[in-house]
Amino acid sequence: MKPAWSVIFFTTLAGAGQGLFLALVAAEALGEVPAGFLVSGALLALGLLAVGLAASFFHLGHPERAWRSAAMWRTSWLSREVIVLPAFMAAVAAFGLSHFFSFERNHSLWIGSAGAVLCIALFVCTGMIYACLPFLQEWRTPLTVVNFIAFGCASGATAAAALAAWQHPPLARPYAAAALALGALAYLTRLAALARNRQLRPKSTLSTAIGVKHPKIVQIAHGAAGGSFNTREFFHGRPREVVRAVRWTFLALVFPVPAALLGGGADSAAVLGAAFAAQYAGLLAERWYFFAEAKHPQNLYYQAIA
Amino acid sequence: MTKQLALVIDLNVCVGCHACVTSCKQWNTSGEAGYLSDDNPYGADPTGTFFNRVQTFEVGEFPDTETVHFPKSCLHCEDPPCVPVCPTGASYKRAEDGIVLVDYDKCIGCKYCAWACPYGAREIDEHQKVMKKCTLCVDRIYDQNLPEAERKPACVMACPTSARLFGDVHDPESVVSRAIRESGGYALMPEWGTQPANHYLPRRKTTKRLHPDELERHDNPLKVDGRLPRPEPGEPALDDVTSW
Repeated sequence: MKPAWSVIFFTTLAGAGQGLFLALVAAEALGEVPAGFLVSGALLALGLLAVGLAASFFHLGHPERAWRSAAMWRTSWLSREVIVLPAFMAAVAAFGLSHFFSFERNHSLWIGSAGAVLCIALFVCTGMIYACLPFLQEWRTPLTVVNFIAFGCASGATAAAALAAWQHPPLARPYAAAALALGALAYLTRLAALARNRQLRPKSTLSTAIGVKHPKIVQIAHGAAGGSFNTREFFHGRPREVVRAVRWTFLALVFPVPAALLGGGADSAAVLGAAFAAQYAGLLAERWYFFAEAKHPQNLYYQAIA
Repeated sequence: MTKQLALVIDLNVCVGCHACVTSCKQWNTSGEAGYLSDDNPYGADPTGTFFNRVQTFEVGEFPDTETVHFPKSCLHCEDPPCVPVCPTGASYKRAEDGIVLVDYDKCIGCKYCAWACPYGAREIDEHQKVMKKCTLCVDRIYDQNLPEAERKPACVMACPTSARLFGDVHDPESVVSRAIRESGGYALMPEWGTQPANHYLPRRKTTKRLHPDELERHDNPLKVDGRLPRPEPGEPALDDVTSW
C-alpha cells in the first residue's frame, strides 16, 4: 500500500493524545494531582487530537461532506471512529474544564472514566479500520489493534513525562517509568507482528487472480498506456533498501532511543521532550512501514510495478 | 429469488481489441453522472478514470505459450467487501438487481472502499474526488427509449466477438447461467468469499479430429466419383462434335 501521510499523522497524533489522556486519568485516580497540571495536560491532549483530526481531513476528496460519514456505524469501523472521535474530544475538554472550574474530585473522576472508555473505543475503532480487511493479510491480526493501543499509550506516557517535568516535576519519574514499561510492551507486540508478517504466505496468486491454472504466467500489458489509480494507490514505489532502512529507523527510534533518554536519570523537560520527539518520529516511520509492508492482492494485476 | 445482473466474459473468444474499454469510456463519460476525468490524454504520461480495462498475459513457456486477454471491471460481488466499509453509505448494493453502485453525491472520497476491494475494481476520479466503478450501465439497461435489443451495457454492445454476455446469474435459464454451467465458468479469487457475480469462461483447446470417413466417403466404396469419364479411343471427343 502507498503510505497515506494524512492517516499516518492522524493515527500517531491522536494515539499520543489518547495515551496522554489515559496517563492523566490514571494519575488522578491514583492520587492527588494539582489541577493546573491536569488542565494543561488536557489542553495538550486536545491539541494533539485536533491537529490529528485536521490532518485526517486531508485524506478526504470531499472534506465538506465528512459529516455524512457518521451514517454507517452499524457496518463500518471508519464510521464508528468518526462518531467516537468527537465524543472522546468532548470528554477530554470536559475533563479539562472540570479541573479548571475545580469540580468535586468525584465528578471529574467520573468524567475521566467515561473519557477513558471512549479513548479505548477510539483505539479499537482506529485499529479495526485496518484489521477488519480480510485480504490485507499483514493487517488482519489482533496485533494491529494491540499495537495501535500500546504505541498510543507509550507515546502518551512519554508526552506526560515531558509535560510533568515542566509543570509538576514529582510526577515526571513515575510517568517516565510507565513510558518505559509501555514502550517495552509496544516494542514486543510490534516485533511479534513483524515476525508474524514475515511468515505470511499470500493467499491469492496470479493464478487465482485471473483463473488460469498454470505456474508460469507473465503479464504483457496492464491495460493503460500510463499510470492509473491502481498503479498509484497500492504501491509505495520505493526500493526495497528504503523500506528496510525505514524499518530499522523505526525499530531504533520507537523504543531504544527514547528508553535511553527516559531511563538516563535526567528529569529535565528538555531531555524528556527529546524522548517524545524521537519516539514520535519513530512512530511516523512505524506507521509508514505499516502501510508499505501491506501487499494488496490487486497488485497481482499490475505485475510490472509489483 | 432476487435478480443478480452480471457479465460473463469468455476468455476463449476475447481478442483483446479494447472495444469494450473505449465504448465503456464513451458511454460513461457522456452520462448525466458527469465525465470520467483524464489527464494528459495526448501527453507523455496519460492517465484517467476507466471502469473497464483489458490486460494481457502470456501463459506457458516458449514455444508453448498462449496469450490471454483479460478484461477487468467491477465483479458486482454477491458479498461485496467494499460496501460495509463505506462510512457514508455512498457505496451500496441494489436489492432489486444486485448492481453495486456509488452515490457520487454522498461519497467523501476516503478511498477506504478501494482498499477493501481485492480486485482493484474501483478508481478515484482525480478531479471530481469521488470513487467510481462499473455501473453495468445502469443508465442504459433500463432505458425505455432504447430498443430492447440495445438495453445492454455498452461493453457488451461493442464486443465484436461476443465475448461478453450479460444477464441474470440467478435465473438458471439465462444465457449467462447457461454459459457458466456449460462452459466451466469460474469466479476470480474465490479464496476471499466475495462471490463475484461476474464470471469468466476459461480458454479451451480448439482441436479438430479428422476421422478416415471424413477424408473418404464411406458410402462410396467403389470410389465411383473418383473415376474420370474417359471416352473410348475412336469415340468423338467433345471438341470434335461441337464448336466453341
